[in-house]
Amino acid sequence: MSTIPLDYETLRLIWWVLLGVLLIGFAIMGGRDLGVGALLPFAARTDEERRVLLNLVGPTWEGNQVWLILGGGAIFAAFPPLYAVSFSGFYLAMIVILLAFILRPVGFKFRGKIKDVRWRAAWDWALFIGGVVPSLILGVAVGNVLLGAPFHLDDTMRAFYTGNFFMLLMPFALLSGLVSLGMIVTQGAAVIAGRTTGPLAERARTYGTLAGILTIALFALGGLWVALGVDGYAITSAVDGNAAINPLAKAVALTRGGWLANYSHYPWMVAAPVLGFVGLIGAVLGLLARLRLPTLLASSLGIFGIVSTAGLSLFPFLLPSSTVPESSLTLWDASSSHLTLFIMLLVTCFFLPIILAYTAWVFRVMRGTVSTQSLEKNPNAY
Amino acid sequence: MIDMTVVELSRWQFAATAMYHFIFVPLTIGLSVMMAIMESTYVMTGREVWRKATLFWGTLFGVNFAMGVATGIVMEFQFGMNWSYYSHYVGDVFGAPLAIEGLMAFFLEATFIGLFFFGWDRLSKVGHLVVTWLVALGANFSALWILIANGWMQNPVGAKFNPDTMRMEVTDFVAVIFNQVAQAKFVHTVSAGYLCGAVFIFAISSLFLLQQRHVELAKRSMVVAASFGLASALSVVVLGDESGYVATEHQKMKIAAIEASYHTEPAPAPWTVIAIPGPDGGAPSFSIQVPWMGGLITTRSLTQELPGIEELVGRAEDRIREGMVAYDTLQEIRTNPDNAAARARFEEVWPDLGYGLLLKKYRDDVGNATDEEIRMAAEDTVPDVWPLFWTFRIMMGLGFFFIAFFALWFYRASRGWLTTNRPLLWLGFAVLPLPWVAIESGWFIAEFGRQPWVVEGVLPTFYAASGLHFWDLVISLSFFVTLYSILFVIMIMLMVKIIKAGPQDKLFAAEADDQDFVIAALPVTPATKELGS
Repeated sequence: MSTIPLDYETLRLIWWVLLGVLLIGFAIMGGRDLGVGALLPFAARTDEERRVLLNLVGPTWEGNQVWLILGGGAIFAAFPPLYAVSFSGFYLAMIVILLAFILRPVGFKFRGKIKDVRWRAAWDWALFIGGVVPSLILGVAVGNVLLGAPFHLDDTMRAFYTGNFFMLLMPFALLSGLVSLGMIVTQGAAVIAGRTTGPLAERARTYGTLAGILTIALFALGGLWVALGVDGYAITSAVDGNAAINPLAKAVALTRGGWLANYSHYPWMVAAPVLGFVGLIGAVLGLLARLRLPTLLASSLGIFGIVSTAGLSLFPFLLPSSTVPESSLTLWDASSSHLTLFIMLLVTCFFLPIILAYTAWVFRVMRGTVSTQSLEKNPNAY
Repeated sequence: MIDMTVVELSRWQFAATAMYHFIFVPLTIGLSVMMAIMESTYVMTGREVWRKATLFWGTLFGVNFAMGVATGIVMEFQFGMNWSYYSHYVGDVFGAPLAIEGLMAFFLEATFIGLFFFGWDRLSKVGHLVVTWLVALGANFSALWILIANGWMQNPVGAKFNPDTMRMEVTDFVAVIFNQVAQAKFVHTVSAGYLCGAVFIFAISSLFLLQQRHVELAKRSMVVAASFGLASALSVVVLGDESGYVATEHQKMKIAAIEASYHTEPAPAPWTVIAIPGPDGGAPSFSIQVPWMGGLITTRSLTQELPGIEELVGRAEDRIREGMVAYDTLQEIRTNPDNAAARARFEEVWPDLGYGLLLKKYRDDVGNATDEEIRMAAEDTVPDVWPLFWTFRIMMGLGFFFIAFFALWFYRASRGWLTTNRPLLWLGFAVLPLPWVAIESGWFIAEFGRQPWVVEGVLPTFYAASGLHFWDLVISLSFFVTLYSILFVIMIMLMVKIIKAGPQDKLFAAEADDQDFVIAALPVTPATKELGS
């Protein structure tokens, strides 16, 4: 395909970055709504307060969730083997995530339609599950990716997964899950503290400060664990970034702490964990100082840093195999074809700016503090 | 070997998810456009009743949309979860339209739906109208890209098998987009969605008139629904015929099964109105036929033959033998990528590789299949005839029924006779479930009719499944069935409640006529104040 103006290797790298953009986009944008959901039963005590929270994220949460849907779609389109292996391998974990994602839209929509205490309390817990479970499990999934998943491919590229659901719950993976949950709760708290007033905002500050401090500690612990107790993967054979996909054509070696190797090869990558710490510390300080927008920006920066840290440490791996390391999927050997990557890039370059523009406009239209009074004016408030 | 129980359960799960998702999607598509039309009328005439109508139908739309989102994400994930070999094998082609759907359509719809509900007091009249149209546009574009993806499974153009990567890869993306099967499916499916929305609004408005409630709003909604419904019913039938016509080019077996034509009829073929299966469930023992019609419908000519099932099985057998060669050649290339002779041969025979894979059901070493196994694999290419035969006739009958139904009401509306005949209004309400019967039949025909292929001629369904275990499927299937059933009951209950409460909103009508149920913001009462912990 000599007519394609970008070479295959560059396109693969671009799509790896774009995948990161989409997943970080979901963690930041969707994280607002997941975090608010996770705090719903605790930060808000009365029905009035809970309605304030639901209507705070109500107008924008559906658009925010599309970042995840698009992330899934982008994995399918740009890295089909990764989509095939991870979604089928983590089958029961995916089912649990789906449970949470099914509960969210109906929870938002159904809760306000009946004026009954038990009905509303039930949906509050459904929305709580919908906020906590994906935040936790997606983090557990990242932890498992760092540990390597028990799968191998045969020579027709059919995947065989030899693990089970409970094997996903290893201590390091659970730690990753908690880091993820912590950063998302911090994000939710930053949103609540930034756009509400009174006791609701105060409670959000308390929870957000706690979650932020805990996340900083757990993230540091995670780094230590990766250095001392987790095997990192590295390709030991020559890499041809322009070759047709074939995950079986490489040799892979494991070394303790190997996930840190990238930081010595490419020192600039250290910026990612630094941003993670700086962002979260900023968020905690912002909450304590009662700053509004800066707190949310700092928290978002922290999420950007933490998710990037995981992605950069893994580079160029997408999903290492713990049982047959040679079957590991990397961005060089598990991508779509040259042509598909190029077409998808064109489409993305066209639509992503448009999406960002109208999303920004919608957020602008819906800006401002949400209170009980502002709800009374809207015929469709939740 | 592949565990056929897992394959069957995966098929059940996918069918259940897809058909459940498709309860909500067509209504979303139809209602979004009709709401946009009503709101446009409001902006142009300034009459509050149109705004009230937009809000009322919008509330029902919202509940339905939430269910659509809840089931849609499951659809997207299921490809990778349950059909992982499919995802690898055709992801290079199939993934792109799915991702573009997200970029171009779903993002638009999901972002602006928030403003549709929450932006009434923050946007100008025209501003809000633009938002409503953008939601409708998003819903329609969504259907376009999903059907481009699905159309490719029915008619896999613009792609080629790559022996080095063991998968289908895009060669011509423009061909994938302008795939005639996809385009025909898109217009047919979207019209069906419009019809569904029109029937929904019409039926509930009929109920209001029977109960003599909200008469002004109901009458106006019925006029919109009758005209929109007539136009969509006409187009759904005409465009459905178009989709039948193109299918004969690529899916002759599906058409033969729909027509229960076991043996090739001399041109011009008759069209079978009804038929009764023979003693063994095979070729019909009795049928009523309209001469020439079959040829006219499916080939648009009186001279072209329509091949019957038996003849197509014979053709499949030939292709399976070619497929064995393709399979063996592929093995040679996999063992020695530098084998130029094998590559040259593969160039010629690769289109039949999928037929070779049909033998995987019987043995791993496809190349050594016996004549009997080849015969069995060829017989496998016949989908179940009678379910297809009847669902097709149900769908088609309903299509014509809706043309007559809306033509009648269009006439009555133009005469101002909307409220004069109670039995007719009852009929107007009773048709409510029928669009779903037609729509689900349509999908059944499209998907069940393409078996045993998940991608026509390219990949057999059984070969596309993930290597999951029996209990994985049992857990997930029972989980989905339970959760979906509960949610469905709740949704129906809420819709009934919303309809009972009728159109009302605090912005435009000070007094609500139903104190029990308030769509608008809730007043804080002692009962709701002390909630939870």
